[in-house]
Amino acid sequence: MDGLLAMIGMEQAGSLHGAMDVAAGAGSAGGIDWQLYATLFLNGLSQASHMFLVAVGLSLIFGVMRVLNLAHGAIHIAGVYVALTVLSWWDNWWVALLVAPLLVAAFGAGMEVALLRPMYGRHPTYVLILTFGVVLILHDLFKIGWGVDYKILPEPPALRGAVELFGIVYPVSYLFSIGAAVALGALLWMLLNHTRPGRIIRACAEDREMAASLGINVPLVYTAVFTLGTFLTAFGGVLMGTLMATSAPEALETMLYAFAVVVIGGLGSLGGAALGALLVGQLNSFGLLAVPEWNMAFMFLAMALVLVLRPRGLLGKGGA
Amino acid sequence: MDRSVVAWLVLLAAAAVLPLGLGEFHVHLLTEILILALFAAAFNLLFGYTGLLSFGQAAYFAVGAYTSALWLKGPWPSLPLALAVGALLAAAVALVVGYLCVRRDEIYFAMVTLAFGQLIFVVIWRWREVTGGSDGIGGIPRPPLHLGLAEVALAPTLHFYYFALAVVAAALYVLWRITRSPLGLTLQAVRDNARRVDYLGVPMGRYRLAAFTVSGLFCGLAGALFAPYQGTITPDLSDWMRSAEAVMMTLLGGPQVFGGPVLGAALMTLLKDFVASETEYWPLLVGTAVVLLVLFLPGGVGGALWAMKKQGTGQETAPARAGAEEAV
Repeated sequence: MDGLLAMIGMEQAGSLHGAMDVAAGAGSAGGIDWQLYATLFLNGLSQASHMFLVAVGLSLIFGVMRVLNLAHGAIHIAGVYVALTVLSWWDNWWVALLVAPLLVAAFGAGMEVALLRPMYGRHPTYVLILTFGVVLILHDLFKIGWGVDYKILPEPPALRGAVELFGIVYPVSYLFSIGAAVALGALLWMLLNHTRPGRIIRACAEDREMAASLGINVPLVYTAVFTLGTFLTAFGGVLMGTLMATSAPEALETMLYAFAVVVIGGLGSLGGAALGALLVGQLNSFGLLAVPEWNMAFMFLAMALVLVLRPRGLLGKGGA
Repeated sequence: MDRSVVAWLVLLAAAAVLPLGLGEFHVHLLTEILILALFAAAFNLLFGYTGLLSFGQAAYFAVGAYTSALWLKGPWPSLPLALAVGALLAAAVALVVGYLCVRRDEIYFAMVTLAFGQLIFVVIWRWREVTGGSDGIGGIPRPPLHLGLAEVALAPTLHFYYFALAVVAAALYVLWRITRSPLGLTLQAVRDNARRVDYLGVPMGRYRLAAFTVSGLFCGLAGALFAPYQGTITPDLSDWMRSAEAVMMTLLGGPQVFGGPVLGAALMTLLKDFVASETEYWPLLVGTAVVLLVLFLPGGVGGALWAMKKQGTGQETAPARAGAEEAV
């Protein structure tokens, strides 16, 4: 395990700080304070967009299945690795953006059927430990398949360069990532609240036994939800892997941010994931101004505050 | 005398005699087993006895290790003092973090302990002036032990082994007594039926916090022993992978038996030593083992032996699985 320990210990703080450079660039070019603030705000949004995609899957899977998937971060990074392989088949980023999350989602479906289905009815703590076993397996598979170097996905031509927004020069790829997260969040909201499958998913989350007695195939719903959650986190992975270089150990940091997001927002709530992601993204981004090396501390402070004042999270509905 | 007491005394005697026939390398390995056994047993006070899965116990192990290392490199290098200071500081940190964490249970508790554990990792990693950052702290001495008239050198591997054996045996004894004390029994009641305990008017949060602090104390003690054992410590000590090691050792040995984590620590360390010399894919094997254990043998090796013993004596023949699920 020493190899893995060393690997995980390495450069833990590397990711999500890529946006710092953008902030510094804007600060020196503009020289006007509000431009710096606006840039930091956009950075916060772009970080929030990745966190949201990871956290919403985590939250959805927990809300419906009562499973905390510790492999969620590793699956996020799997999006980057699989996208690299897909790019080596077809040299088209847009294809990779769609195909890689689909392939990862297929793995998620397999994991649900083979490993989680036998665990229905078992104590949630044991399911959590099982998903940790999957983390170890995935990390070694990444090492075997793609090595331990930092990887970055090549930007497609359409997303290269920067645009000027109200006097702020901002990279297109970051804006695209924000837009994609907002669009996916809206689609998910539509799916859950205004479609028949969404109603079925909510029914299973509300009362599994009642749903089953009404003729709903609950295991099938669980598999679908887990697959959807894996798709979302892998999609977020491809977006993030395009903006900054990542490697497998960073999966943990990504997942920690997602944890903070769902603890703050409330586990099992779509709105909570969005609100939590926005808060953590902005805290992280503006934290750079206050204490550059320790900006992560704000996230932990916010989490501690929520735990003391409102343990179930800002938009959480109580329960476990 | 109780049969389990006899078993422990036999084990202690074996642990005292065993290193005499072994080479230096294996005595070193045995010392590591002792330290990790204490770490896993301290973790299991929370997991097996209180029903709370912490994924952040390595943080307290590391606080103990760093405090002990800094103390030993300070002006009064004394090993007993270093152990005491390390364990107490770890308990103090656990008290603060625990205050926040025991507000939730089950999944949330695991998530929050992991997050705050990782906060401590980040602090150790970035607070370069004190902790040495990613380089860690090296050259940790093992000062001789003053026993009134005599002075015992602890630098030799064998001497340090006996020192660690004495500390770990005493600590395990105290932990064992705690599991049988009113505090320990209340913790098990919290584990088995939190709602009923709450209804009885027992301040459940305070009991959970007590368990978290005591667990942190003993994790810290294990860490404080680890620093002079290893001589060099790095931030990896506080990483979640080390927290997970406690989980895996306990799961392997069996969480519902007091000796389970001790057995698990021994099996895991020996396996690791054996397998890691054969293949570099140790995590892959451990991961597969964890998945298989949870699916097919959640009572661990200790739980399976326990069930076999009960089956042999014609007592209750419930499978190990049922016992383990109740235990958590």
